[in-house]
Amino acid sequence: MRISITRALSILQRCARDCPQQQHSSPSVGNSTLSGAVRLLSSQALATSKEPEAGNVPKKSLNLFSAINQALHIALETDPRSYIFGEDVNFGGVFRCTTNLADTFGKHRVFNTPLCEQGIVGFAIGLAAMDNRAIAEIQFADYIYPAFDQIVNEAAKFRYRSGNQFNCGGLTIRAPYGAVGHGGHYHSQSPESFFCHVPGIKVVIPRSPAQAKGLLLSSIRDPNPVVFFEPKWLYRQSVEDVPEGDYMLPLSKAEVMREGTDITLVGWGAQLSVMEQACIDASKEGISCELIDLRTLIPWDRETVEASVNKTGRLLVSHEAPVTGGFGAEISASIVERCFLRLEAPVARVCGYDTPFPLVFEPFYMPTKNKILDAIKTSVSY
Amino acid sequence: MATRGLRVLAKSSTPLLRRTLSNSISETRPCARILDAECSGAAALPARGSCGVPARSYGSATNRTADTELSKNWSKTPPAARRLSGEPEKAFSDDEDHEILDYPGAKTNFTHEMTFIPETAAEPVPCFRLLNDFGQPLPWAKLPQMDAELATKIYRNMVNLQTMDAIFYEAQRQGRFSFYLTTHGEEAINIASAAALSPQDVVFTQYREPGILMWRGFTMQDFADQCFGNAADLGKGRQMPVHYGSRELNCPTLSSPIATQLPQAVGAAYGLKMSRKDACSVAYFGDGASSEGDFHAALNFAAILETPTIFICRNNGWAISTPTNDQFRSDGIVVKGRGYGIRSIRVDGMDTLALYCAVKEARKIAIEESRPVLIEALSYRVGHHSTSDDSSKYRKKAEIEHWKLVRDPVNRFKKWIEAQGWWDAKSEKAIRSEARSSVIAAMNKAGQKQKPELSNLFTDVYDSLPSNLREQELQLRDVIAKYPRGYPTDVPL
Repeated sequence: MRISITRALSILQRCARDCPQQQHSSPSVGNSTLSGAVRLLSSQALATSKEPEAGNVPKKSLNLFSAINQALHIALETDPRSYIFGEDVNFGGVFRCTTNLADTFGKHRVFNTPLCEQGIVGFAIGLAAMDNRAIAEIQFADYIYPAFDQIVNEAAKFRYRSGNQFNCGGLTIRAPYGAVGHGGHYHSQSPESFFCHVPGIKVVIPRSPAQAKGLLLSSIRDPNPVVFFEPKWLYRQSVEDVPEGDYMLPLSKAEVMREGTDITLVGWGAQLSVMEQACIDASKEGISCELIDLRTLIPWDRETVEASVNKTGRLLVSHEAPVTGGFGAEISASIVERCFLRLEAPVARVCGYDTPFPLVFEPFYMPTKNKILDAIKTSVSY
Repeated sequence: MATRGLRVLAKSSTPLLRRTLSNSISETRPCARILDAECSGAAALPARGSCGVPARSYGSATNRTADTELSKNWSKTPPAARRLSGEPEKAFSDDEDHEILDYPGAKTNFTHEMTFIPETAAEPVPCFRLLNDFGQPLPWAKLPQMDAELATKIYRNMVNLQTMDAIFYEAQRQGRFSFYLTTHGEEAINIASAAALSPQDVVFTQYREPGILMWRGFTMQDFADQCFGNAADLGKGRQMPVHYGSRELNCPTLSSPIATQLPQAVGAAYGLKMSRKDACSVAYFGDGASSEGDFHAALNFAAILETPTIFICRNNGWAISTPTNDQFRSDGIVVKGRGYGIRSIRVDGMDTLALYCAVKEARKIAIEESRPVLIEALSYRVGHHSTSDDSSKYRKKAEIEHWKLVRDPVNRFKKWIEAQGWWDAKSEKAIRSEARSSVIAAMNKAGQKQKPELSNLFTDVYDSLPSNLREQELQLRDVIAKYPRGYPTDVPL
């Protein structure tokens, strides 16, 4: 398995190195021959793998914002018809994800927009509809709502309503989401479930630097509009070895991060590190947990979760967003439909409470390790 | 004779229309027309044939007006009726360009000239100021009636605000609370505007206007309690620092999203108007906020619903790192008012006296005429956007220093009150030291107070606790009991 990953990544990097002309001559979004080929290769190689990193691929230790910066750099470099824009993007962005991009690629390809989220997304849809890759930044996911109309009524339906004459598949909306320790109501939200209710867009959330780079490049090159939420708590905190070249990780493909036999845990983004800690603590008490990173929330990889639950007989879903109407509810319902006879305990949800995100009470609001551990034990002893 | 310009309309039409007209441009924009619609039919396209007769060129007509009875009647009479009544056919008269156009979307006259309105006026809108950078009155400046008591009260508040900002900013840097942002450079906008308002006026602030609350009696302790998120915080520790608000002081609690307060202020003003309150609403915002859809919605609603709302824009040059050139290409914010039919003024935001006068007059207009007013206060954001920002990454330190040292609004006003003989070095020393000790005392006290009780996590989502929240609170308390070390101990259970 590792050999095939290595081979895939090296082919992919060779392509990126050897075929710049071909890349530049295929701007058509979604049908770009090279990126299509690259994606297929990496999909095949990584679909069965756990990790993108492999033996001989050059790697560098990077934090999350630097990995995203690298992905954006590659996106601009490999497609002359790609653009990055948003509030304060020019000087590097408030989270430094766009550092040096304007200097390197020019202010016509990396630029500030006025402070207007609906404008940013509407502009991005139009740009993408003209066969460009529009990479729009919304400064905080908490501020994405003015653009909700553009995302829900426009981006998501652009292809469908035109009978596939038009699409805005080159659109990727990046937004930092989630708790950060001191963000209060308006710098902490996890609004992913709103967007998961919208057929026509994809929702992707990475958990780490290497994942972020590969998933972001896939999102940018995917022929569908993607909302890409970045766990802002991890921008500086999460550091790992990241392959240096151009690589992509498959969308709509969950990853089993940790194999186990007693219970399946499903999560995404920053919450996974909390869940992983709970798995470690549970193992000390003799409970074997299988941990799955969903990575793409819609369209999601039900098969991987189903297979896991059929093995373990138990499911726990955890996210920071309020429990009611959160994406955990969808996963729970789907798995109950598919694995009803195999389930040995009710599906557990360890999530945020049904309140606005609070400042002082944040440590209580959060789906903490011990809440998860408690739910694991309850499920296993049901 | 029968020129049918603005005056005619203004006289003959409804009061509503009159207001709209006098409120917008001094003359309505003429509409270019080449083919005569009466001759060629409604769709008078050249391609449709010979009956499309080019209207004649008789020069610009927009300035010519007449106010005779005849012209009034003419403007109200449909063309067909005019012909039947035996009036002369006007198709080729000198006045063809002046015929009132009756499309529902705009009341104007025709012109044969194809003129695009320029993107900006020939001259930028001038900035109203009364005191120069040295605190001296400009020649011919008509200064407001301001006695020593009011002037020194304004100054004291500015010093308090400046001192609070300086100390709270440092306290945040030392980790005493999680976030802060200052009003440096904008103390005059804060305090002078607050002084010109009445306590009944409902003020919707963004987050760089704590001075309004301060003027109205929000104490240093209130500010400190909010920033520390302790049990005395009116917001119960739920929001980030600087998210103040007080029902008692008519300032709805602010939120972080930009410009959302603007249409709310219009709705509030409508409510005040309908209940015949002698009060207006006031909405503060920055230059960046003028790009949001909510800003445009608010101005339009205010104009249409004729609400007593004062919009005060702090055009301080920077929206985090984004300079105004990346934000708008208009002559600032002030010109946007006219686009919505709103009376507007540009003021020197570092001139306390000019701001005081402008806001006082705006309030009078808003309440007496029941209409919105837009004030653009030019200023400079001397501090970083917030404690999460380092503005030296995108602007020069020398630029900041210049505004801090040479253009400081607090200092400018001090020079004026000194020149009036109302202030001296001794009083300066006293107020500075008093301000400093009161901020430090408030902060120390706030730091010692307990956090709000845990139940406050769940209350106020609705007026009463629904069952899901009641259940979640029990679950939380259960897990805390099992894992007491997993949770902060400074929040009383």
